[in-house]
Amino acid sequence: MAFGRSSRRTAPIEPVTLKILVAGGFGVGKTTLVGAVSEIRPLRTEESLTEAGAVVDDLSGVESKTTTTVAMDFGRITLREDLVLYLFGTPGQDRFWFLWDELAQGALGAVVLADTRRLSDCFAAVDYFERRGIPFAVAVNRFEGAEPFPPETVRAALDLDPEVPLLTGDARDRESVKRILVSVVEHALARVDRDREPAAP
Amino acid sequence: MSDSVRNRRRPQHWIDADAGPVVRPYAMTRGRTAHDSSHRLDLIALVVPEPAAHDPGRDQSLSPEHVEIVERCEDAPLSIAELAAGLDLPVGVVRVLVGDLVDDALVHVTRPVPPAELPDVSILREVINGLRAL
Repeated sequence: MAFGRSSRRTAPIEPVTLKILVAGGFGVGKTTLVGAVSEIRPLRTEESLTEAGAVVDDLSGVESKTTTTVAMDFGRITLREDLVLYLFGTPGQDRFWFLWDELAQGALGAVVLADTRRLSDCFAAVDYFERRGIPFAVAVNRFEGAEPFPPETVRAALDLDPEVPLLTGDARDRESVKRILVSVVEHALARVDRDREPAAP
Repeated sequence: MSDSVRNRRRPQHWIDADAGPVVRPYAMTRGRTAHDSSHRLDLIALVVPEPAAHDPGRDQSLSPEHVEIVERCEDAPLSIAELAAGLDLPVGVVRVLVGDLVDDALVHVTRPVPPAELPDVSILREVINGLRAL
């Protein structure tokens, strides 16, 4: 074994990695959104339930101990040589919320993708990010055949705080998704600025 | 299948009924589901090969999966999530294997920006600019 650093190869650049979560109900277009901006085809990774979820998951009624795997889809955007952003599609089912804890740790922010026909599907996500204090934006994915709702109706239905960005977009459209992601990060930035304001004691 | 049949099929019944199903991918980790030095590797932690990894005489105890992880990271560091997807292995398995490589000083792992340091204003601005420029 060689000791110390060898100069045979130049050390690879070690980028800073960041992540944004994409949450929302099943079939709302999370993976489509990730695919619209990712430089790689969205990849799927699996996390086994026994590893993280055995404590919280209710296995009653399951005959024998089984290992359930939960899939997450993710993509990558190299913003600069030394700055890489990963997008993670969170598992759609509410019962896998425990996976969000790991995903959410260190996350820059989140997109909650909503379908106006099934708005209640994203309640869990909105609730989760609010409680954890993770900056998020709600993006209403435009589905053909879905009745367009005025943004204020959606905001009221989700009981969103006034500062939470609410956008309408198309998860298939790169420019639309870029706009959604920028709004999440701008929201995160605004919150930092607000928190830095010298607060009255 | 009755127990008697199962026992006949598996004479070395060191796995009792309570052990649950044997999950093949974890055979690669010799049954370990967590690495000893577990601190849990983040999904976006990058695996960077150390110079020692290029030594042809590197640890002979490495499995083909260990070697493949090192090789995949040689051109550019890859995240735990990307390795898991590329190798088609559960994230938990990749964590254990990468932990072995860290122990052998064949790779090191970058720590993503710790949550306490987030959000950093300059990084957030850079992300916004980077996204707009896509």
